[in-house]
Amino acid sequence: MKYTEVTSSTRASSSALASSYTRATRVLGWAALAALALNTWWGLWLSPPDVVQGQFVRMLYVHPAVATMCYAGFGICALGSAAWLWPRLRSPRWDRLAVAGAEVGAVFCAATLFTGSIWGRASWGVWWTWDARLTLTAVLFALSLGYLALRRAVDNPESRAMVSSIVAMLMALTVVVDHYATSWWVTLHQNTTLFKVGPTVHGWQLATMLVSFVAFGLVFAWMVVHRYRLEVLEEQYEAVGLQSALEARRSEVQGLTGARSPAEVPVR
Amino acid sequence: MWRDAVLVAAKDLRIEARAKVALNQVVPYALVVLLLFGFAFDQDRPLLVQAAPGLFWLAVLFSGLLAAQRSFSIEASDAAIDGLRLSGLEPAGIFLGKAVAVGAQLVALEVLLTGGIVVLFHTELTGAGLLVASALLSTAGVAAAGVAYGALSMGLRVRETLLPLLLAPVLAPVVLAATEAWRAALRLSTGDGWRWLGLLGCFAAIYLAGGVLSFGALMEGT
Repeated sequence: MKYTEVTSSTRASSSALASSYTRATRVLGWAALAALALNTWWGLWLSPPDVVQGQFVRMLYVHPAVATMCYAGFGICALGSAAWLWPRLRSPRWDRLAVAGAEVGAVFCAATLFTGSIWGRASWGVWWTWDARLTLTAVLFALSLGYLALRRAVDNPESRAMVSSIVAMLMALTVVVDHYATSWWVTLHQNTTLFKVGPTVHGWQLATMLVSFVAFGLVFAWMVVHRYRLEVLEEQYEAVGLQSALEARRSEVQGLTGARSPAEVPVR
Repeated sequence: MWRDAVLVAAKDLRIEARAKVALNQVVPYALVVLLLFGFAFDQDRPLLVQAAPGLFWLAVLFSGLLAAQRSFSIEASDAAIDGLRLSGLEPAGIFLGKAVAVGAQLVALEVLLTGGIVVLFHTELTGAGLLVASALLSTAGVAAAGVAYGALSMGLRVRETLLPLLLAPVLAPVVLAATEAWRAALRLSTGDGWRWLGLLGCFAAIYLAGGVLSFGALMEGT
């Protein structure tokens, strides 16, 4: 049996996915693109330059939102891992959610370091400074790369889910210690400006910043959904791949031995 | 659990006493690392004195990686780990025993490295209480985390490269806190060194508790 036939039979037998997108994710994708376009327009043209920071204030419409999505990604990874470890909740879904959160979080973490570095150069005069939050984000990025490398190194899905959930939990606790370590060490970074009573950002700046949160939030959601579904597709591929190899071997043996039925042929 | 821990620690230390891998390879490696730091700083004596605590803890981190790897390579050869699994020992006991063995080797190494920074970097030892307390807590953290991550990467094909990637960022807060505590003890900074002990204690507690709870699953998982 050819690969396509196996795929179609597997698809018919279970609720298999055909691709990582659906109508809903397409709508989500277009909404994310539209929000990004609006964010670009408001951020680069409509919003005025800042009295203190001048044109560099426009980083405010990228960096905080990207950084928030990075933390959201790692938060989802920690929640998914905790849920997987909880015996009553244990399901492959939580593991898929954990990997989707970690991978998308790592992408946003890299973007946070990149945009933060540009902004740091503009406002502090250096590409990098040993500030608590910067250092913590860099360590977080390294931890996430380790977590993702570990996932690729374990082949058995059950073992992979178990080991990576434990590591995610240990790493989440490490981040708490790290937070205190780096903030005791030294801090230069700006404190929260948006989510507090009487924000120090107003008017167009505030509006554009909120649009940036919506835009990057939609991009984040789109990426997490796709990564989750990609994980399902990978699992399907592995199952189908095995099935297809078995079928190919059977038909090969069948060709050699004449008209024996597949049931008579021992599978090695 | 405690009895099992003592048995496993004694076994690992006995293997070490016979094979002398830590003595013949890890200790010289750590001392070479100290020498290389001297080359990197171009004999700048004031700078070396200032940087000595950080360089010391980096050397401990690198050696800790080797010790953790060694702790499980002795189990990987001849499938010794299967014997350990079938021995009926509690996984928590195995974890604690291995952590104690790695910790004991690291403490011995730290004593030698302290001599190294005194001789090579002209460090004057002061604040002995803080130095010893922070070193013991840091060693507990490094050993516990090293054994936990060593166990999970044991069965993997890429363990030699994966373990440093996993462990180095995890040990970053230990290196930071231990360095700051030592800087305060050696009067290289004016900060309160004792408050870093709380952080080192938290790290060690998290990894000791995490290891005790999850070691069985980690050993079975890979």
